[in-house]
Amino acid sequence: MLKELKPAFVMLLGLTVVTGVAYPLLVTGIAQGLFPNAANGSLIEQDGKVVGSALIGQQFTDPKYFWGRPSATGPVPYNAAASSGSNQGPLNPALEDAVKGRIAALKAADPSQTAPIPVDLVTASGSGLDPHISPAAAAWQAPRVARLRGLSEAEVTKLIAAHTQERQLGVLGEPRVNVLPLNLALDHPAKP
Amino acid sequence: MTGNGYLQIGLYLAALLLLAWPLGLYMARVYVGELPVYVRWLRPLENGLYRLSGIKSEEGMSWLRYAMAFLVFNLLGLLVVYALQRLQLWLPLNPQGLGNVTPDSAFNTAISFATNTNWQGYSGEVTMSYLTQMAGLSVQNFVSAASGMAVLVAVVRGFVQREADRIGNFWVDLTRSTLYVLLPLSLILAVVLVSQGVVQTFAPSQTVELSQPAQYEKAKLGADGQALQDAAGKPVMEATLDTKQTIAVGPAASQVAIKQLGTNGGGFFNVNSAHPLENPTPLANFLEMLAILIIPAALCITFGKMVGDTRQGVAILAAMTLVLVGLGAVCVGAEQAGNPLFDRLGLATQASELSAGGNMEGKEARFGIVNSAMWATATTAASNGSVNAMHDSFTPMGGLVPMWLMQLGEVIFGGVGSGLYGMLMFAIVAVFVAGLMIGRTPEYLGKKIEAFEVKMAAVAILVPPLVVLLGAAIAVVVAPGVAGIANPGAHGFSEILYAFSSAGNNNGSAFGGLSANTPFYNGMLGLAMLMARYWLVIAVLAIAGSLAAKKIIPASAGTLPTHTPLFVLLLIGSVIVVGALTFLPALALGPVVEQLQMLGVN
Repeated sequence: MLKELKPAFVMLLGLTVVTGVAYPLLVTGIAQGLFPNAANGSLIEQDGKVVGSALIGQQFTDPKYFWGRPSATGPVPYNAAASSGSNQGPLNPALEDAVKGRIAALKAADPSQTAPIPVDLVTASGSGLDPHISPAAAAWQAPRVARLRGLSEAEVTKLIAAHTQERQLGVLGEPRVNVLPLNLALDHPAKP
Repeated sequence: MTGNGYLQIGLYLAALLLLAWPLGLYMARVYVGELPVYVRWLRPLENGLYRLSGIKSEEGMSWLRYAMAFLVFNLLGLLVVYALQRLQLWLPLNPQGLGNVTPDSAFNTAISFATNTNWQGYSGEVTMSYLTQMAGLSVQNFVSAASGMAVLVAVVRGFVQREADRIGNFWVDLTRSTLYVLLPLSLILAVVLVSQGVVQTFAPSQTVELSQPAQYEKAKLGADGQALQDAAGKPVMEATLDTKQTIAVGPAASQVAIKQLGTNGGGFFNVNSAHPLENPTPLANFLEMLAILIIPAALCITFGKMVGDTRQGVAILAAMTLVLVGLGAVCVGAEQAGNPLFDRLGLATQASELSAGGNMEGKEARFGIVNSAMWATATTAASNGSVNAMHDSFTPMGGLVPMWLMQLGEVIFGGVGSGLYGMLMFAIVAVFVAGLMIGRTPEYLGKKIEAFEVKMAAVAILVPPLVVLLGAAIAVVVAPGVAGIANPGAHGFSEILYAFSSAGNNNGSAFGGLSANTPFYNGMLGLAMLMARYWLVIAVLAIAGSLAAKKIIPASAGTLPTHTPLFVLLLIGSVIVVGALTFLPALALGPVVEQLQMLGVN
């Protein structure tokens, strides 16, 4: 046993230098050189201010914005310093209460919208930071946002389409709408 | 399921099986020291490591010495990870000033990473400094995986060698697995992941302006930094308005790449691969999911090549793939069918081109149902344990699939190395059973299977269930065990059973609601991980030593061919029967009851 102690020690040290120091530094070097924006969090700048990350959602409760997925992070939703899902089981009464509450809030914000609510709009995301909603969830909110913004529904639908990402390479994942850039585009309409 | 769902799953399986072939052949060359030209430039590094540590690379080891080297190396790694966590506050690369980890959590995490389990009792972004993540956890991601691969190669040598008392050199197998397999693949994957948006930086957390300030209540802190309490003992809350969002970042890509390739699974962030900065796009998801199974799949080919008959490897790969596809279909189906509650509340739950539908609680919009359920199946088939959706919020049947895949002993692909050596234990049992049933001589790959091998295989197969069931039984009868439960009813039992299934089979995924970062669970699950990993390895290496000493007997009329569809079915049967007999009673109390309740309530 003692005979293996020296090789064990030296090997661990050597492999730590290779895989724990050289490897992450090399990846960092390549990442910062080739993809600096992505490597640093895909931050979005507007008027010289960093207003968010293209990959991290923000909490929107004001009816004039599109709302994102419910977030279960604490103490505040969309806390990107401490990601978390709800971890509520399918029969947990707390899940039923939470979903009912979200349905009520959405209906209160737009009583005239009577179509069934897409399920992703009232269920908490896995990360609590999901930047996306389904195209159906965006379409469901379009009449409300159009009315409160004084825009036509066609204009809002066009804006949604512009912020919809199709399946990657035509196959992978799900079609989705990135909520933050969509809301930023509402707040800062492009000058004609 | 939609047509696109079938297409995505088909594409995934095709990519997996097509890439497993060349990678498997490549690894077979690496382990006999015939390096292809494009990695030969790393040879001086390999030889340098041997020189520094005084290893004679051509010197073979007996199985006992091999096991000893494995254990000493793992123990040392465990101590380093423990020390890094306990001292991180005073060490560099800790821009958030994170405190030292508590002793019980550090104990649990050190075992977790040394045993290739990567159970996450902690929350990455608020617990581990960049140094701990890199020099502690990341290194163990590499070397615990490489240790598993080394043990597998030793077992394969046991089949190949005749009348020998050596099964190879642990240090050589370890070093080659790391330098020529894990490191190059990780480097490529890490860079591609960054291109998709996985962060890789040493900068501290980023702060951004919110479009809509966030109003919420938070606990008021006193002058001493502790939460204030009112007369009734309730925390005093104060209204807070945040105009900024803090986004945790860090050197994630380099760690995510190896966590998938090495079937480790410990995430950089708390929610693991559900986090958009750890798994930002469907393409990143596809590649990470591929990385989870690619080495375990390729090792089947390596095994076939090394024993001189690739059909043997293909047969085992076929058995693994069939079980994966079958259980994957159940999981995807259950999640797409969703929670009847959502239909009762009048929600739109149909899958279409505009919405994934189904049970979206705990899932990300970019992955939807198919990619979340497929991931859950792949990550628990392999002993990976990373998650891209919260398994705790899966439907009962959707959650049963990952739990049962772990309980099968992590042999359906399983951990890198450990999955295949586990499956070879079942192959030994299968030829033994066939011998009893249809009167064939129990032999496998030309080696006679005798009482010693069957006993050791039985130990390897029975230790994990023992650890899982005993651990879960203790946890549900003592107060600190029950205190960790998050969800009421049968689901709460499932949380505990899942935790011990995960630790007792070195997987590492969790029903995340369970509050497992307590001295009780850190201790119990830590011990479970230790026993599952090391008892198994010792039994497996003992078999390797015993097989190596045997003669090769030529195949005769009494030999059961082990590359045929019949053997594939026999192997699947052995795995399923042992798994079902052992765990169905426990599963009936958890997911099965819950499924019946779900249908009854709604």
